[in-house]
Amino acid sequence: MSEPVSPLNGAAYDGFVSVRETGSCGMITLRGDLSDPVVQGVVKTLTGVDIPAMGKITIGKTGCAWMSPDELLLLLPRADVSAALGEIAQAMRETHHLAADVSDARALFNITGAGVRDVLTKLTPADVSPVALPVGTMRRTRLAQVPAAIWIDDETTANVICFRSVARYMFDLLCTSAKPGGAPGLFAQGSEQ
Amino acid sequence: MSTRLATGGRLINRDAIQNFTFNGKKLRGFAGDTLASALLANDQMLVGRSFKYHRPRGIVASGAEEPNALVNMGQGARFEPNQRVTTTELFDGLTAQSQNHWPSLEYDIGAVNTHLARFLPAGFYYKMFIHPRPFWKHVYEPFIRFSAGLGKAPKDRDGDRYEYLYAHFDLAIIGGGIAGLQAALSAAQSGQRIIVMEQTAHWGGRAPVDGDVINGQGAAAWIAETIAALKAMPNVTLRLRMMGAGVYDHGYLLAYERLGDHRPDADTPRHRLWRIRAKHIVTATGAIERPLSFAGNDIPGVMLASAVRDYIVNFAVSPGDRVVIVTNNDDAYRTALAVHQAGLTVPAVIDARPAGGGALMEQARAAGIRVETGQAIASVKGGKRVSGVSLCQQAGEGGEIGTIDCDVVAMSGGWSPVVHLWSHCGGKLTWDAAQACFVPDPARAPTGADGQPFVTTAGAASGAMTAQDALHNAVDAVQTILGGAGAAPQAEAPEQAPLLPVWIMPQGAGVKLRQKMWLDYQNDVKVSDVQLAAQEGYESVEHAKRYTTLGMATDQGKLSNINGLAVLSGALNSPIPQVGTTTFRPPYTPISMGAIAGEARGEIFQPLRATPMQEWHIENGAYFEPVGHWRRPYCYPRGGETHADAVAREINATRGSLGLLDASTLGKILVKGPDAGRFLDMMYTNMMSNLAVGKCRYGLMCGENGFLFDDGVVARIDDDTWLCHTTSGGADHVHAHMEEWLQTEWWDWQVYTANVTEQYAQIAVVGPNARKVLEKLGGLDVSKDTLAFMQWTEGTLADIPVRVFRISFSGELSFEIAAPAAQGRALWDKLHAAGAEFGATAYGTEALHVMRAEKGFIMIGDETDGTVIPQDLNLNWALSKKKDDYLGKRAHLRSHMASAERWKLVGLETLDGSVLPDGAYAKASGKNANGQQHTQGRVTSTYYSPTLNRGIAMGLVRHGPDRMGEVLEFPKIDGTVVQAKIVNPVFFDKDGEKQNV
Repeated sequence: MSEPVSPLNGAAYDGFVSVRETGSCGMITLRGDLSDPVVQGVVKTLTGVDIPAMGKITIGKTGCAWMSPDELLLLLPRADVSAALGEIAQAMRETHHLAADVSDARALFNITGAGVRDVLTKLTPADVSPVALPVGTMRRTRLAQVPAAIWIDDETTANVICFRSVARYMFDLLCTSAKPGGAPGLFAQGSEQ
Repeated sequence: MSTRLATGGRLINRDAIQNFTFNGKKLRGFAGDTLASALLANDQMLVGRSFKYHRPRGIVASGAEEPNALVNMGQGARFEPNQRVTTTELFDGLTAQSQNHWPSLEYDIGAVNTHLARFLPAGFYYKMFIHPRPFWKHVYEPFIRFSAGLGKAPKDRDGDRYEYLYAHFDLAIIGGGIAGLQAALSAAQSGQRIIVMEQTAHWGGRAPVDGDVINGQGAAAWIAETIAALKAMPNVTLRLRMMGAGVYDHGYLLAYERLGDHRPDADTPRHRLWRIRAKHIVTATGAIERPLSFAGNDIPGVMLASAVRDYIVNFAVSPGDRVVIVTNNDDAYRTALAVHQAGLTVPAVIDARPAGGGALMEQARAAGIRVETGQAIASVKGGKRVSGVSLCQQAGEGGEIGTIDCDVVAMSGGWSPVVHLWSHCGGKLTWDAAQACFVPDPARAPTGADGQPFVTTAGAASGAMTAQDALHNAVDAVQTILGGAGAAPQAEAPEQAPLLPVWIMPQGAGVKLRQKMWLDYQNDVKVSDVQLAAQEGYESVEHAKRYTTLGMATDQGKLSNINGLAVLSGALNSPIPQVGTTTFRPPYTPISMGAIAGEARGEIFQPLRATPMQEWHIENGAYFEPVGHWRRPYCYPRGGETHADAVAREINATRGSLGLLDASTLGKILVKGPDAGRFLDMMYTNMMSNLAVGKCRYGLMCGENGFLFDDGVVARIDDDTWLCHTTSGGADHVHAHMEEWLQTEWWDWQVYTANVTEQYAQIAVVGPNARKVLEKLGGLDVSKDTLAFMQWTEGTLADIPVRVFRISFSGELSFEIAAPAAQGRALWDKLHAAGAEFGATAYGTEALHVMRAEKGFIMIGDETDGTVIPQDLNLNWALSKKKDDYLGKRAHLRSHMASAERWKLVGLETLDGSVLPDGAYAKASGKNANGQQHTQGRVTSTYYSPTLNRGIAMGLVRHGPDRMGEVLEFPKIDGTVVQAKIVNPVFFDKDGEKQNV
């Protein structure tokens, strides 16, 4: 088996925040009735966490993000994806659902430094203030011209998921937004005015 | 002479000299200057020429309302026309050039127009240029293009960067004068998220210049305290150099932040366009002083009274030694006092009011300034510069009663609230007769989704013109919006006498004078033009505006509109409120194109989608074509090959041995659930529910209207899972189409879909040696017996997990291999390595197109165009007769859809072997009602086939399939005609033997 290659091979940039492509996350799209105990059970077994409430993401060793009223995104090590799909199929053989490996369909970016919200607020129409986007919330939105999902780990760490084919666009976009001299100082202190 | 005063200047730093040039002349100013104040300090009053008559134009105002002083700024990649000198901060190295003159600012040949003014009245263009018609193109238009117009268009690519910023606030306050700051202070205690933006570089607005006293101290001290207090609050954002540009529905506010204009060497975005969502907007946008309409009021040196005092107090610039003040209100006396205090001369204040003014007039008189009441300016003397005024009675017709020599005329016709942002989203105005201006009507505010007002005005923008009134008004605004606003600070203001509305000076001026009274300086609209428009029947203010061009220049009539409509109202003998205003539209002042584009330029102008093999394509010299947002290799030219050569080589290699195609862009949608089969039977025109696990079937998708919009191969994965392939451009659309039907119509069906297009790299391995190369990679039995045509299997190839579909779009033995995207490039490389002995050749989309056309396969977007149904393409076999229903079925029964007269798919072979032009029409006999040739068919796909060594084409022809062998005539653009024979659209391997090996 060939080593999986992330879309941008871990590209990185340092501006007023740092932008890095992180490639090694396994992802499963799981669609089903989220109120069904069978669905809840299998998610708990696989990720160790309960199904997050609307708009929320739970990150532990593995993670689970609410994508829509009938869709979750499970985040887990790549190596575990195949076994997890097997477990889902087994546990839900009597339950209507859809599970698909989407690990390669996405690109993942990690943004670090003071001002992660400032970088994002120049690209997304979503409210990324601490009130509207607290830790534990994942916002599906757009960054400039492409769909994306964003969440904050802490005030100096943010994550972006987008489709693989636009990884280069997303990286260039984040780097442009993070260029020195462009910090708007809206959320992070110590910049202009 | 205008010059720098020896002392004073609230905003300048005399220690920081800034060098700049104007029309190549080297000049000096100070940090803190605007370009306007720096030009005046260098005695550069003349700064441009007007649009129509090329009249000399000087600086009139000191802010955003300036109509005259527009310049070409910068050079090369930083060149930008129409930059307003009054809002341009001076920086070292600035270069500016005046506009709209030839050959020079001082000697402009176009100025002859001013002597022809009698022949250039309102509506001149409309009246003059209609006849004779050819003159428009060859005489008038070139002449107008040469002589009219303001700045030059930039030639270079913009050298700066720009960006957007999306922000969300509870309260957005536009305007950082004392009213805006007080509103912020009153609101901030609530803890709500607040932004205060100020378009200039300084907080406080006019208050410090006007000498306002707040809480017993000068306004400047109060402003500094307030800013310090607001800065200490984490919920308040303060921004200078940021203009509220437009107010839109749902509390959407565009604001324009100028980060780099004043420091071009800084590595920062030049402009940032804020796209704000605010729960409530406060417009504390202040007021603009109105000019007065007297003869010669456009001669350089005639300025707004407030501007004269701004230049003296803020920048220590004297616009001239002798300043005559002309006014209809008390405020202009402040200018008289400021001029006097600066040690300059006020020969007289000409007050049109018979009784004169209040306390400020008394102060002026006490200072020894001559005040003439009930008088007016009959005309201004001078050409490129004011040299004096002649006086008359305001009540009369302009008979001269005296003259005064002067350098500057400071005029004040009263103040108009800046109602633009209030009005953008539907806020209505009411006429304030006492102040002779339109003010926002709080009872008719712009309303949000809840029917409640979402814009409130504060301060002078409400019509509250004194410091005391403005502060109270701001507090009241916050009290209405949020409650808990607290008390307003105490301000002191002198008692003022009432204003006298003066729209024409003198009121009985005859036509000779009215022809010299400018309303719109930039567009050369005079009192006489507006009166002529009224006389000619233009009663609506909107029509009169367009007929005369009043208020249509880059300043959008900030100075001229109210005066213009008052003159119109007089001419129509109809009250001003009844005439009304023209529509206020965003942006408040022009914003840069760069800001509108934001970050979207260069590499990130638009997202380009890349497959996992994109780098290989680039490395191997692919010539790309756009397919949706994908860039797909069209062909891979080698050495000196033309594209046609490359395509022919790729086809020959594929048909002869082995070709490889990156098919990753194909849409892939998983459809799963107990009702998935039933669902797909509705989505596709043919049957999918009875497809056996392990098999593939080609399917067609129609919309409700019956037109074919997508096609592709469907594979049955397991009992309740299907994988639907879509066209490259169609994946998102087809997925959305499926979800829409599932969510809105069949919400109770148990079906889930997932768009997994990007999870997989897909590679077509095509040609007689296709099987051999897969066998070389090993791991999967792809023999004819195990994996027959239209079947799929999964396993590993060269240790990479794959799904292999035995399908063919070329007529060759063909396998499409899907692998996880992260290993797609590895598989591609291994196929090339293993295929080397077979001459493995990557082929592009053009080879794909030619090969499918050789086989008579249709292509969505070529054979279909949104008006074509499957029956047109002889695809009746794919329209299930067993099914009760599918999307499009009912539409196919409609008379026009079922008509035998529809054009149908055939092959076309030119008699001379040439390639038919794409889109060419087949002639029919006769002409239609418009004298156009009747047609009977058209070309949908046309290529040179290297396989057959001739041109081949497909087309839609009336009764086509019944007319095999007939010859049609296709006229070409060059006037010649090509003859083509109707043939079977399958040109190559009609029995499909090659793909079945």
